[in-house]
Amino acid sequence: MESQDSHLFSEFGSLNVAILLIVGISTLITIRIFYVIYRSSKPLYSRHPGPLSTLIVLGSGGHTAEMLNLLAVMQMERFKPRYYIAAATDNMSLQKARVMEDSLLHKADVEVAGTSSFMQIYRSREVGQSYLTSVGTTIIALTHALWLMIKIRPQVILCNGPGTCVPLCVIAFCFKVLGIRWSSIFYVESIARVRKLSLSGLLLYKLRMVDQLFVQWPQLKSKYPRANYVGRLM
Amino acid sequence: MGEADDSSKSKRVVFVTVGTTSFDSLVRAVDTGEVREALFKKGYTHLLIQMGRGSYIPLKHAGGDESLSVDYFTFSSSIAEFLKSASLVISHAGSGSIFESLRLRKPLIVVVNEDLMDNHQSELAEELAERKHLFCARPQTLYDTISAMDSESLVAYQPGDATPVAKFIDRYLGFTDE
Repeated sequence: MESQDSHLFSEFGSLNVAILLIVGISTLITIRIFYVIYRSSKPLYSRHPGPLSTLIVLGSGGHTAEMLNLLAVMQMERFKPRYYIAAATDNMSLQKARVMEDSLLHKADVEVAGTSSFMQIYRSREVGQSYLTSVGTTIIALTHALWLMIKIRPQVILCNGPGTCVPLCVIAFCFKVLGIRWSSIFYVESIARVRKLSLSGLLLYKLRMVDQLFVQWPQLKSKYPRANYVGRLM
Repeated sequence: MGEADDSSKSKRVVFVTVGTTSFDSLVRAVDTGEVREALFKKGYTHLLIQMGRGSYIPLKHAGGDESLSVDYFTFSSSIAEFLKSASLVISHAGSGSIFESLRLRKPLIVVVNEDLMDNHQSELAEELAERKHLFCARPQTLYDTISAMDSESLVAYQPGDATPVAKFIDRYLGFTDE
């Protein structure tokens, strides 16, 4: 009788310990997530840092054109090395980025040029694909994105949709939570979005996974107050 | 020689572009007798259609003094050249082709494809139409839009500037301009 009691007790004991551990760990993770979100909303450095390794996610067509417009006015010597990622189905974007990088080289400005690499990634959702089959393709895209992110571990991420950038941003956010790598994530919503954020933009905004989100129309700024409106790129 | 000059001066091309996919209902809409006639009445002499992967093949016309000349092709790497030489652009609602035409200050009719699943494209075209930078139509209202349009009423688009975004990012990361 007595031994049965103690057996029961020890079983309850280990159960309690397990519950305590789970509660403790999830509390810590939750606190860490809130800290990361809080810290991400504040400027990163108080003084001039060195160049930052930068991941540039190219959407396709119009998205890529907008991103290249932004890169054209950025001071590239601050953002190197640069890693370009585009969807595996998109042949044009990386080519356009290469042309831009080559023109930097031709200016014979070694400072600015730095090193740049170009990679392709599986897309989580093609234009017109149903939301249901998107689940399977998203898992594949996530795994591939994780592999690329482990290799790159960027300090800055620039993206402007569509879906290609979401897995990369989610992984970057997890890296921040886990303390693997701190990165500043910037998302510029496409100029085509006037009244509503895109699905990618909305997800990243609601989940607070990006440090700063830019919109290109004042209507969107009033609808999503945490977004920044500083004019149009095109 | 004076005659040749005249004819080259009076060549006014309408360039239709559907972009990288297909947009049969647009090609079908420009290929109707009433639209061709309306364009001819407005003083256009040539209709050139970039039809992409579409399956609807428009009728070619030699044209002349009485009617519009019509020609088409599927894809070209020099869309920019066609846009430059056009007097009127009729385009799908993709932002790339919209802003390229606006930058070239071409009178522009954007036709929204209502068959697309995630149809956010009308947002941009409607906003820019409200600001009088272009005309916005659907395939079935293209004829009315062409008949009613007055390209003088359009306001030139002031291109945007990415510098404020770049500056914001710089400041956020602690880069200061000194």
